[in-house]
Amino acid sequence: MCYIAVVSAAERLDAAFGALADPVRRAILLRLVEGEATVGELAEPFEISQPAVSRHLKVLEGAGLIVRRVDGTRRPCRLAPGSLDDLDDYLARLREALEINYSRLDRLLAATRASTAEPHERKKEGRKS
Amino acid sequence: MSLTLELEGDTVVVARRRFAAPPEDVYRAHMEPALIQQWLLGPDGWSMPVCINEGRVGGKIRYEWSNGDGQGFYLTAEILELDPPHRIVHVERMHLPDPTPDNRVETTFTADGEGTLMVMRMSLPDAATRKAMLETGMEHGMEASYARLEDQITSTMPAG
Repeated sequence: MCYIAVVSAAERLDAAFGALADPVRRAILLRLVEGEATVGELAEPFEISQPAVSRHLKVLEGAGLIVRRVDGTRRPCRLAPGSLDDLDDYLARLREALEINYSRLDRLLAATRASTAEPHERKKEGRKS
Repeated sequence: MSLTLELEGDTVVVARRRFAAPPEDVYRAHMEPALIQQWLLGPDGWSMPVCINEGRVGGKIRYEWSNGDGQGFYLTAEILELDPPHRIVHVERMHLPDPTPDNRVETTFTADGEGTLMVMRMSLPDAATRKAMLETGMEHGMEASYARLEDQITSTMPAG
């Protein structure tokens, strides 16, 4: 069941993985968290051309992470609804980041307990097993 | 056991988590460099080559992280209050390399059965700073969690 969940997540996220693997595209997404922006505005902080930014935007659009609308000659981009656009999502990500450290701390605490346990306690554990 | 995060007002984030060890052990793991260096590392592949924690009120903290590939950042902090093994108050900022605004962090450890409940209250100077902090966390979290998911997928997929 775990296997199926992982594989279906893999299929669903395949495009998103590719899109998120690139630091420029991640930076573009973070910029869009602040609101809608045009290609020119998105290209500004990077030392790359507008056509290069446009190629990145196509990848993000293909992965369903952003949407674009037509406004005269402009095609401003924004995060796709439900993508990365609210505080709950930030919190979920931050929770994952912190949890990586704390599950490591769990293992460290368990190892510390085991190595400082009284000898007779360890013997008891040994007999149990 | 898992972590909960809560927003309070415009400027506070509160994290809560339980540990299966008494407050003394959890407190030490937050204060002793040799222990801190084993868990406060962020995503897999990162390490903390420099870990200074003077361990006294008024003392300084400096943690430096590196991914072994030229990328890194560091944190500096001052310890404001200590009540071992129950409470640590410090004020910290990340250097990315420009320093982020000060984050006042109060961490408490309360005995909870045979374990410990940790409550970490982070107070930022204003709403925009809190949002920026959450975004930074999001970026790091994204990298770490996608890396982990990739590992899972690789290990469950048939080779070749």
